[in-house]
Amino acid sequence: MRRSARLGVLGAGLAVFAAMMALAFAGLPGFGGSTHPYRDAAVAATYGHNTANAVSSINFDQRGFDTFGEETILFCAVVGVAALLRPVRGERRREVKDSGRVLESTSLLVYVLFPLTIVLAANVVAHGAVTPGGGFQGGVVLSTGIHLLYVGGRFSLLHRLRPLDWFHQGEALGVVLFGALGIAGAAFGSALFANVVPQGQLADFVSAGTVPLFNIAVGMTVCSSVVILLSSFLDQTLAIRADQGGRTGPGPEEGAAT
Amino acid sequence: MTGGVLGNVLIAVSLTLVLVGAAAVVFTRIPSRQAVVLSCYGVLLSIMFVVLQAPDVALSQIAIGTAVVPLIVVLSIRKIDIIRREREKAAGGEEQP
Amino acid sequence: MTYYAYAVAAAVMLLGIFGVATSRNLVHTVVCLSVAQSGTYVLLLAVGFQYGGLAPVFGSQVGRNTPVVDPVVQALTLTDIVVSAAVTSMLLALVIQIAKRHRDIDPDRLGRLEG
Repeated sequence: MRRSARLGVLGAGLAVFAAMMALAFAGLPGFGGSTHPYRDAAVAATYGHNTANAVSSINFDQRGFDTFGEETILFCAVVGVAALLRPVRGERRREVKDSGRVLESTSLLVYVLFPLTIVLAANVVAHGAVTPGGGFQGGVVLSTGIHLLYVGGRFSLLHRLRPLDWFHQGEALGVVLFGALGIAGAAFGSALFANVVPQGQLADFVSAGTVPLFNIAVGMTVCSSVVILLSSFLDQTLAIRADQGGRTGPGPEEGAAT
Repeated sequence: MTGGVLGNVLIAVSLTLVLVGAAAVVFTRIPSRQAVVLSCYGVLLSIMFVVLQAPDVALSQIAIGTAVVPLIVVLSIRKIDIIRREREKAAGGEEQP
Repeated sequence: MTYYAYAVAAAVMLLGIFGVATSRNLVHTVVCLSVAQSGTYVLLLAVGFQYGGLAPVFGSQVGRNTPVVDPVVQALTLTDIVVSAAVTSMLLALVIQIAKRHRDIDPDRLGRLEG
Protein backbone atom coordinates (compact mmCIF):
# COMPACT_ATOMS: atom_id res chain seq x y z
CA MET A 1 0.00 0.00 0.00
CA ARG A 2 2.66 2.45 0.98
CA ARG A 3 4.70 1.38 -1.99
CA SER A 4 1.84 1.87 -4.44
CA ALA A 5 1.10 5.27 -2.94
CA ARG A 6 4.74 6.17 -3.40
CA LEU A 7 4.64 5.03 -7.01
CA GLY A 8 1.60 7.26 -7.57
CA VAL A 9 3.42 10.29 -6.17
CA LEU A 10 6.46 9.39 -8.24
CA GLY A 11 4.39 9.16 -11.42
CA ALA A 12 2.83 12.57 -10.80
CA GLY A 13 6.23 14.09 -10.05
CA LEU A 14 7.86 12.61 -13.11
CA ALA A 15 4.97 13.77 -15.32
CA VAL A 16 5.26 17.34 -14.04
CA PHE A 17 9.05 17.17 -14.39
CA ALA A 18 8.75 15.96 -17.99
CA ALA A 19 6.22 18.68 -18.80
CA MET A 20 8.44 21.40 -17.34
CA MET A 21 11.46 20.05 -19.20
CA ALA A 22 9.51 20.02 -22.48
CA LEU A 23 8.46 23.61 -21.83
CA ALA A 24 12.08 24.62 -21.13
CA PHE A 25 13.45 22.79 -24.17
CA ALA A 26 10.94 24.55 -26.42
CA GLY A 27 12.62 27.82 -25.44
CA LEU A 28 16.16 26.59 -25.99
CA PRO A 29 18.01 27.32 -29.24
CA GLY A 30 17.84 24.24 -31.43
CA PHE A 31 20.42 21.47 -31.18
CA GLY A 32 23.54 22.16 -33.21
CA GLY A 33 22.86 25.83 -33.91
CA SER A 34 25.66 28.32 -34.47
CA THR A 35 24.82 30.95 -31.82
CA HIS A 36 27.00 30.32 -28.77
CA PRO A 37 27.79 33.67 -27.09
CA TYR A 38 29.65 32.03 -24.20
CA ARG A 39 31.71 30.04 -26.68
CA ASP A 40 32.74 33.18 -28.51
CA ALA A 41 33.78 34.94 -25.29
CA ALA A 42 35.63 31.88 -24.00
CA VAL A 43 37.49 31.33 -27.27
CA ALA A 44 38.61 34.96 -27.31
CA ALA A 45 39.88 34.67 -23.72
CA THR A 46 41.61 31.38 -24.52
CA TYR A 47 43.43 32.98 -27.42
CA GLY A 48 44.28 35.94 -25.23
CA HIS A 49 46.19 33.63 -22.90
CA ASN A 50 47.75 31.51 -25.66
CA THR A 51 46.23 28.27 -24.38
CA ALA A 52 45.64 25.54 -26.93
CA ASN A 53 43.15 23.46 -24.96
CA ALA A 54 40.14 25.70 -24.37
CA VAL A 55 38.64 23.35 -21.76
CA SER A 56 41.81 23.48 -19.65
CA SER A 57 41.92 27.23 -20.05
CA ILE A 58 38.35 27.60 -18.80
CA ASN A 59 38.84 25.21 -15.90
CA PHE A 60 42.13 26.53 -14.61
CA ASP A 61 42.37 30.07 -15.89
CA GLN A 62 39.01 31.67 -16.60
CA ARG A 63 37.07 30.06 -13.78
CA GLY A 64 39.88 28.88 -11.51
CA PHE A 65 38.00 29.74 -8.34
CA ASP A 66 35.11 27.46 -9.31
CA THR A 67 37.50 24.61 -9.94
CA PHE A 68 39.07 25.25 -6.55
CA GLY A 69 35.67 24.83 -4.95
CA GLU A 70 35.05 21.71 -6.98
CA GLU A 71 38.42 20.26 -5.97
CA THR A 72 37.51 20.97 -2.36
CA ILE A 73 34.32 18.92 -2.83
CA LEU A 74 36.46 15.99 -3.95
CA PHE A 75 38.84 16.54 -1.03
CA CYS A 76 36.00 16.64 1.52
CA ALA A 77 34.33 13.56 0.02
CA VAL A 78 37.56 11.62 0.28
CA VAL A 79 38.09 12.73 3.87
CA GLY A 80 34.50 11.67 4.60
CA VAL A 81 34.98 8.26 2.99
CA ALA A 82 38.24 7.69 4.85
CA ALA A 83 36.54 8.63 8.14
CA LEU A 84 33.49 6.43 7.49
CA LEU A 85 35.48 3.40 6.40
CA ARG A 86 38.26 3.30 8.96
CA PRO A 87 38.27 0.25 11.24
CA VAL A 88 36.09 0.95 14.26
CA ARG A 89 35.60 -0.77 17.59
CA GLY A 90 34.62 -4.40 17.16
CA GLU A 91 36.59 -4.76 13.97
CA ARG A 92 40.08 -6.01 13.36
CA ARG A 93 42.52 -5.92 10.51
CA ARG A 94 43.81 -9.22 9.21
CA GLU A 95 46.74 -10.14 7.04
CA VAL A 96 45.98 -10.48 3.37
CA LYS A 97 47.89 -13.13 1.50
CA ASP A 98 48.33 -13.40 -2.24
CA SER A 99 46.78 -16.81 -2.32
CA GLY A 100 44.34 -16.48 -5.20
CA ARG A 101 45.08 -17.98 -8.57
CA VAL A 102 45.74 -15.49 -11.32
CA LEU A 103 46.10 -16.43 -14.95
CA GLU A 104 49.69 -15.97 -16.08
CA SER A 105 48.57 -14.02 -19.10
CA THR A 106 46.77 -11.60 -16.77
CA SER A 107 49.94 -11.14 -14.70
CA LEU A 108 52.02 -10.57 -17.83
CA LEU A 109 49.49 -8.07 -19.15
CA VAL A 110 49.57 -6.22 -15.84
CA TYR A 111 53.37 -6.03 -15.84
CA VAL A 112 53.34 -4.68 -19.39
CA LEU A 113 50.47 -2.26 -18.86
CA PHE A 114 51.56 -0.92 -15.46
CA PRO A 115 54.57 1.16 -16.66
CA LEU A 116 52.70 2.13 -19.84
CA THR A 117 49.81 3.51 -17.81
CA ILE A 118 52.13 5.51 -15.56
CA VAL A 119 53.86 7.05 -18.58
CA LEU A 120 50.51 7.74 -20.26
CA ALA A 121 49.23 9.46 -17.12
CA ALA A 122 52.32 11.66 -16.86
CA ASN A 123 51.89 12.54 -20.51
CA VAL A 124 48.21 13.41 -20.08
CA VAL A 125 48.96 15.70 -17.12
CA ALA A 126 51.99 17.37 -18.72
CA HIS A 127 50.24 18.13 -22.02
CA GLY A 128 46.98 19.18 -20.38
CA ALA A 129 47.21 22.69 -21.78
CA VAL A 130 48.02 21.57 -25.32
CA THR A 131 46.10 18.38 -26.07
CA PRO A 132 42.91 16.90 -24.62
CA GLY A 133 43.64 15.87 -21.08
CA GLY A 134 44.80 17.56 -17.94
CA GLY A 135 45.03 17.16 -14.22
CA PHE A 136 41.68 15.46 -13.65
CA GLN A 137 42.08 12.82 -16.35
CA GLY A 138 45.78 12.22 -15.76
CA GLY A 139 45.31 11.87 -12.01
CA VAL A 140 42.59 9.27 -12.43
CA VAL A 141 44.57 7.36 -15.05
CA LEU A 142 47.61 7.33 -12.76
CA SER A 143 45.72 5.99 -9.78
CA THR A 144 43.94 3.42 -11.95
CA GLY A 145 47.33 2.31 -13.24
CA ILE A 146 48.59 1.82 -9.70
CA HIS A 147 45.58 -0.36 -8.96
CA LEU A 148 46.30 -2.58 -11.95
CA LEU A 149 48.57 -4.39 -9.51
CA TYR A 150 45.47 -5.47 -7.64
CA VAL A 151 44.01 -6.99 -10.80
CA GLY A 152 47.30 -8.86 -11.18
CA GLY A 153 46.60 -10.41 -7.80
CA ARG A 154 49.47 -8.70 -6.02
CA PHE A 155 47.78 -6.99 -3.12
CA SER A 156 50.99 -7.11 -1.06
CA LEU A 157 52.94 -5.47 -3.88
CA LEU A 158 50.23 -2.85 -4.17
CA HIS A 159 50.55 -2.32 -0.45
CA ARG A 160 54.29 -1.71 -0.71
CA LEU A 161 54.14 0.44 -3.84
CA ARG A 162 51.45 2.61 -2.37
CA PRO A 163 52.68 4.23 0.82
CA LEU A 164 49.35 5.68 1.89
CA ASP A 165 50.93 8.39 4.05
CA TRP A 166 52.50 9.89 0.96
CA PHE A 167 49.15 10.03 -0.76
CA HIS A 168 47.50 11.62 2.27
CA GLN A 169 50.15 14.32 2.17
CA GLY A 170 50.04 14.50 -1.62
CA GLU A 171 46.33 15.19 -1.56
CA ALA A 172 46.66 18.00 0.95
CA LEU A 173 49.71 19.37 -0.84
CA GLY A 174 47.82 19.47 -4.13
CA VAL A 175 44.99 21.49 -2.62
CA VAL A 176 47.43 23.83 -0.88
CA LEU A 177 49.39 24.27 -4.11
CA PHE A 178 46.18 25.10 -5.97
CA GLY A 179 45.23 27.69 -3.36
CA ALA A 180 48.76 29.12 -3.31
CA LEU A 181 48.72 29.54 -7.09
CA GLY A 182 45.40 31.32 -6.78
CA ILE A 183 46.74 33.66 -4.10
CA ALA A 184 49.86 34.26 -6.20
CA GLY A 185 47.49 35.46 -8.90
CA ALA A 186 46.10 37.99 -6.44
CA ALA A 187 49.56 39.03 -5.18
CA PHE A 188 51.29 39.49 -8.54
CA GLY A 189 48.35 40.04 -10.83
CA SER A 190 44.95 41.60 -10.81
CA ALA A 191 42.74 39.09 -9.05
CA LEU A 192 42.58 35.71 -7.37
CA PHE A 193 43.52 32.95 -9.84
CA ALA A 194 44.80 35.48 -12.40
CA ASN A 195 47.19 34.03 -14.95
CA VAL A 196 50.43 35.80 -13.94
CA VAL A 197 53.09 33.66 -15.63
CA PRO A 198 54.18 34.67 -19.18
CA GLN A 199 52.07 32.65 -21.56
CA GLY A 200 54.48 31.87 -24.37
CA GLN A 201 53.50 30.60 -27.80
CA LEU A 202 50.20 28.85 -28.48
CA ALA A 203 50.50 25.03 -28.55
CA ASP A 204 54.10 25.01 -27.26
CA PHE A 205 54.84 22.53 -24.49
CA VAL A 206 55.55 25.40 -22.10
CA SER A 207 52.70 27.78 -22.77
CA ALA A 208 49.45 28.97 -21.23
CA GLY A 209 51.10 30.47 -18.12
CA THR A 210 49.76 29.01 -14.91
CA VAL A 211 47.55 26.38 -16.56
CA PRO A 212 50.21 23.58 -16.55
CA LEU A 213 51.01 24.36 -12.91
CA PHE A 214 47.33 24.08 -11.99
CA ASN A 215 47.23 20.85 -13.96
CA ILE A 216 50.03 19.41 -11.84
CA ALA A 217 48.39 20.54 -8.60
CA VAL A 218 45.03 19.04 -9.62
CA GLY A 219 46.73 15.90 -10.89
CA MET A 220 48.36 15.40 -7.49
CA THR A 221 45.09 15.91 -5.63
CA VAL A 222 42.97 13.76 -7.90
CA CYS A 223 45.49 10.91 -8.07
CA SER A 224 45.94 10.87 -4.29
CA SER A 225 42.18 11.17 -3.73
CA VAL A 226 41.32 8.24 -5.94
CA VAL A 227 44.12 6.14 -4.44
CA ILE A 228 42.84 6.88 -0.92
CA LEU A 229 39.23 6.21 -1.99
CA LEU A 230 40.06 2.86 -3.57
CA SER A 231 42.35 1.86 -0.73
CA SER A 232 39.59 2.57 1.81
CA PHE A 233 37.18 0.34 -0.09
CA LEU A 234 39.83 -2.32 -0.75
CA ASP A 235 40.76 -2.37 2.94
CA GLN A 236 37.13 -2.83 3.90
CA THR A 237 36.71 -5.68 1.46
CA LEU A 238 39.97 -7.52 1.98
CA ALA A 239 41.47 -6.69 5.35
CA ILE A 240 38.83 -5.48 7.81
CA ARG A 241 36.59 -8.05 9.47
CA ALA A 242 34.09 -7.90 12.32
CA ASP A 243 35.68 -9.18 15.51
CA GLN A 244 33.60 -12.06 16.82
CA GLY A 245 35.86 -13.78 19.29
CA GLY A 246 37.89 -15.48 16.61
CA ARG A 247 34.90 -17.39 15.32
CA THR A 248 35.37 -16.05 11.83
CA GLY A 249 38.98 -16.90 11.23
CA PRO A 250 40.78 -15.64 8.16
CA GLY A 251 39.07 -17.50 5.38
CA PRO A 252 41.27 -18.94 2.65
CA GLU A 253 38.87 -17.83 -0.04
CA GLU A 254 39.56 -14.10 0.03
CA GLY A 255 43.14 -13.63 -0.93
CA ALA A 256 43.34 -11.93 -4.24
CA ALA A 257 40.00 -11.15 -5.70
CA THR A 258 40.01 -10.62 -9.37
CA MET B 1 24.05 24.49 -40.99
CA THR B 2 23.22 20.80 -40.70
CA GLY B 3 26.41 18.79 -40.94
CA GLY B 4 25.56 16.04 -43.37
CA VAL B 5 23.33 13.01 -43.10
CA LEU B 6 26.13 10.79 -41.83
CA GLY B 7 26.98 13.08 -38.91
CA ASN B 8 23.31 13.30 -37.99
CA VAL B 9 22.89 9.54 -38.05
CA LEU B 10 26.04 9.08 -35.95
CA ILE B 11 24.77 11.52 -33.31
CA ALA B 12 21.30 9.97 -33.28
CA VAL B 13 22.70 6.46 -32.93
CA SER B 14 25.08 7.38 -30.10
CA LEU B 15 22.32 9.23 -28.24
CA THR B 16 19.98 6.26 -28.62
CA LEU B 17 22.70 3.94 -27.33
CA VAL B 18 23.09 6.15 -24.26
CA LEU B 19 19.34 6.02 -23.67
CA VAL B 20 19.26 2.23 -24.01
CA GLY B 21 22.31 1.94 -21.75
CA ALA B 22 20.69 4.07 -19.05
CA ALA B 23 17.55 1.93 -19.17
CA ALA B 24 19.68 -1.21 -18.94
CA VAL B 25 21.50 0.10 -15.86
CA VAL B 26 18.29 1.10 -14.10
CA PHE B 27 16.42 -2.13 -14.86
CA THR B 28 19.27 -4.44 -13.89
CA ARG B 29 18.15 -5.16 -10.35
CA ILE B 30 21.02 -7.40 -9.25
CA PRO B 31 23.78 -5.04 -8.06
CA SER B 32 26.75 -7.19 -9.08
CA ARG B 33 25.44 -7.39 -12.65
CA GLN B 34 24.55 -3.73 -12.53
CA ALA B 35 28.20 -2.83 -11.92
CA VAL B 36 29.18 -4.45 -15.22
CA VAL B 37 26.29 -2.81 -17.06
CA LEU B 38 27.30 0.53 -15.51
CA SER B 39 30.78 0.08 -16.90
CA CYS B 40 29.36 -0.54 -20.40
CA TYR B 41 27.13 2.50 -19.98
CA GLY B 42 30.26 4.52 -19.21
CA VAL B 43 31.76 3.40 -22.53
CA LEU B 44 28.57 4.35 -24.38
CA LEU B 45 28.61 7.79 -22.76
CA SER B 46 32.23 8.38 -23.74
CA ILE B 47 31.47 7.32 -27.34
CA MET B 48 28.71 9.93 -27.36
CA PHE B 49 31.12 12.54 -25.95
CA VAL B 50 33.59 11.83 -28.74
CA VAL B 51 30.81 12.10 -31.32
CA LEU B 52 29.79 15.46 -29.80
CA GLN B 53 33.42 16.66 -30.13
CA ALA B 54 34.34 16.58 -26.44
CA PRO B 55 37.56 14.54 -26.16
CA ASP B 56 38.46 15.98 -22.74
CA VAL B 57 35.16 14.89 -21.27
CA ALA B 58 35.35 11.48 -22.97
CA LEU B 59 38.79 10.88 -21.49
CA SER B 60 37.67 11.67 -17.96
CA GLN B 61 34.44 9.68 -18.39
CA ILE B 62 36.34 6.61 -19.56
CA ALA B 63 38.76 6.85 -16.62
CA ILE B 64 36.16 7.58 -13.93
CA GLY B 65 32.86 6.21 -15.19
CA THR B 66 34.22 3.03 -16.72
CA ALA B 67 36.98 2.10 -14.30
CA VAL B 68 36.85 3.79 -10.90
CA VAL B 69 33.12 3.99 -10.09
CA PRO B 70 32.22 0.40 -11.12
CA LEU B 71 35.25 -0.83 -9.15
CA ILE B 72 34.02 0.99 -6.05
CA VAL B 73 30.53 -0.43 -6.60
CA VAL B 74 31.90 -3.98 -6.91
CA LEU B 75 33.99 -3.56 -3.76
CA SER B 76 30.97 -2.25 -1.83
CA ILE B 77 28.80 -5.16 -2.96
CA ARG B 78 31.47 -7.61 -1.89
CA LYS B 79 31.88 -5.92 1.49
CA ILE B 80 28.12 -5.98 2.11
CA ASP B 81 28.08 -9.66 1.16
CA ILE B 82 30.87 -10.35 3.67
CA ILE B 83 29.04 -8.41 6.39
CA ARG B 84 25.88 -10.44 5.75
CA ARG B 85 27.77 -13.75 5.85
CA GLU B 86 29.57 -12.81 9.07
CA ARG B 87 26.27 -11.88 10.69
CA GLU B 88 24.62 -15.15 9.64
CA LYS B 89 27.57 -17.08 11.04
CA ALA B 90 27.42 -15.15 14.33
CA ALA B 91 23.64 -15.56 14.62
CA GLY B 92 23.90 -19.30 13.93
CA GLY B 93 26.59 -19.66 16.59
CA GLU B 94 24.53 -17.87 19.25
CA GLU B 95 21.31 -19.78 18.67
CA GLN B 96 22.85 -23.23 18.82
CA PRO B 97 25.67 -23.17 21.33
CA MET C 1 16.28 15.63 -34.54
CA THR C 2 16.30 19.19 -33.21
CA TYR C 3 15.00 18.22 -29.81
CA TYR C 4 16.02 14.57 -29.75
CA ALA C 5 19.23 15.21 -27.77
CA TYR C 6 17.37 17.24 -25.15
CA ALA C 7 14.69 14.55 -24.95
CA VAL C 8 17.37 11.90 -24.38
CA ALA C 9 18.88 13.99 -21.58
CA ALA C 10 15.51 14.36 -19.85
CA ALA C 11 14.70 10.67 -20.39
CA VAL C 12 17.99 9.53 -18.87
CA MET C 13 17.34 11.72 -15.85
CA LEU C 14 13.76 10.44 -15.50
CA LEU C 15 14.97 6.84 -15.76
CA GLY C 16 17.51 7.49 -13.01
CA ILE C 17 14.92 9.06 -10.69
CA PHE C 18 12.52 6.20 -11.39
CA GLY C 19 15.26 3.75 -10.49
CA VAL C 20 16.02 5.58 -7.24
CA ALA C 21 12.37 5.57 -6.21
CA THR C 22 11.65 1.92 -6.99
CA SER C 23 14.96 0.49 -5.82
CA ARG C 24 15.10 -2.52 -3.51
CA ASN C 25 18.77 -2.28 -2.67
CA LEU C 26 20.72 0.77 -1.54
CA VAL C 27 23.67 0.01 -3.84
CA HIS C 28 21.22 -0.05 -6.74
CA THR C 29 19.82 3.27 -5.51
CA VAL C 30 23.25 4.92 -5.56
CA VAL C 31 24.02 3.65 -9.05
CA CYS C 32 20.65 4.93 -10.30
CA LEU C 33 21.45 8.31 -8.79
CA SER C 34 24.66 8.44 -10.82
CA VAL C 35 22.62 7.55 -13.93
CA ALA C 36 20.28 10.43 -13.17
CA GLN C 37 23.29 12.70 -12.89
CA SER C 38 24.61 11.50 -16.25
CA GLY C 39 21.51 13.03 -17.83
CA THR C 40 23.05 16.42 -17.07
CA TYR C 41 26.17 15.54 -19.08
CA VAL C 42 24.02 14.82 -22.12
CA LEU C 43 22.06 18.04 -21.69
CA LEU C 44 25.15 20.23 -21.22
CA LEU C 45 26.98 18.82 -24.24
CA ALA C 46 23.82 18.98 -26.37
CA VAL C 47 23.43 22.67 -25.53
CA GLY C 48 27.01 23.40 -26.58
CA PHE C 49 27.07 21.40 -29.80
CA GLN C 50 27.28 22.97 -33.21
CA TYR C 51 27.01 21.14 -36.52
CA GLY C 52 30.41 21.06 -38.18
CA GLY C 53 32.08 22.35 -35.04
CA LEU C 54 35.40 20.81 -34.05
CA ALA C 55 36.78 19.96 -30.62
CA PRO C 56 37.94 23.14 -28.83
CA VAL C 57 41.65 22.29 -28.91
CA PHE C 58 43.50 24.87 -30.96
CA GLY C 59 46.56 24.15 -33.03
CA SER C 60 47.60 23.95 -36.63
CA GLN C 61 44.23 22.64 -37.82
CA VAL C 62 41.85 24.53 -35.61
CA GLY C 63 42.32 28.27 -35.75
CA ARG C 64 40.60 31.32 -34.38
CA ASN C 65 37.93 31.38 -37.06
CA THR C 66 37.24 27.64 -37.28
CA PRO C 67 33.85 26.81 -35.80
CA VAL C 68 34.34 24.89 -32.54
CA VAL C 69 31.82 23.46 -30.08
CA ASP C 70 31.25 25.31 -26.82
CA PRO C 71 34.18 24.65 -24.43
CA VAL C 72 32.37 26.21 -21.45
CA VAL C 73 29.81 23.41 -21.16
CA GLN C 74 32.56 20.86 -21.64
CA ALA C 75 34.46 22.28 -18.67
CA LEU C 76 31.25 22.12 -16.64
CA THR C 77 30.67 18.50 -17.67
CA LEU C 78 34.23 17.61 -16.74
CA THR C 79 33.84 18.90 -13.19
CA ASP C 80 30.37 17.31 -13.08
CA ILE C 81 31.87 13.88 -13.73
CA VAL C 82 34.47 14.27 -10.99
CA VAL C 83 31.88 15.47 -8.49
CA SER C 84 29.62 12.57 -9.46
CA ALA C 85 32.39 10.11 -8.62
CA ALA C 86 32.97 11.83 -5.26
CA VAL C 87 29.25 11.74 -4.42
CA THR C 88 28.90 8.10 -5.47
CA SER C 89 31.83 6.96 -3.36
CA MET C 90 30.64 8.93 -0.33
CA LEU C 91 27.14 7.42 -0.61
CA LEU C 92 28.53 3.91 -1.02
CA ALA C 93 30.62 4.40 2.13
CA LEU C 94 27.39 5.36 3.92
CA VAL C 95 25.67 2.26 2.51
CA ILE C 96 28.46 0.09 3.94
CA GLN C 97 27.94 1.77 7.31
CA ILE C 98 24.18 1.09 7.10
CA ALA C 99 24.89 -2.55 6.22
CA LYS C 100 27.07 -2.78 9.31
CA ARG C 101 24.48 -1.26 11.64
CA HIS C 102 21.28 -2.78 10.29
CA ARG C 103 20.27 -6.17 9.03
CA ASP C 104 19.18 -5.01 5.62
CA ILE C 105 20.00 -2.62 2.84
CA ASP C 106 16.49 -2.61 1.38
CA PRO C 107 15.31 1.00 1.79
CA ASP C 108 11.70 -0.11 2.30
CA ARG C 109 12.51 -2.31 5.26
CA LEU C 110 14.98 0.21 6.62
CA GLY C 111 12.18 2.72 7.05
CA ARG C 112 10.30 0.20 9.16
CA LEU C 113 13.39 -0.50 11.26
CA GLU C 114 13.79 3.16 12.10
CA GLY C 115 10.10 3.47 13.02
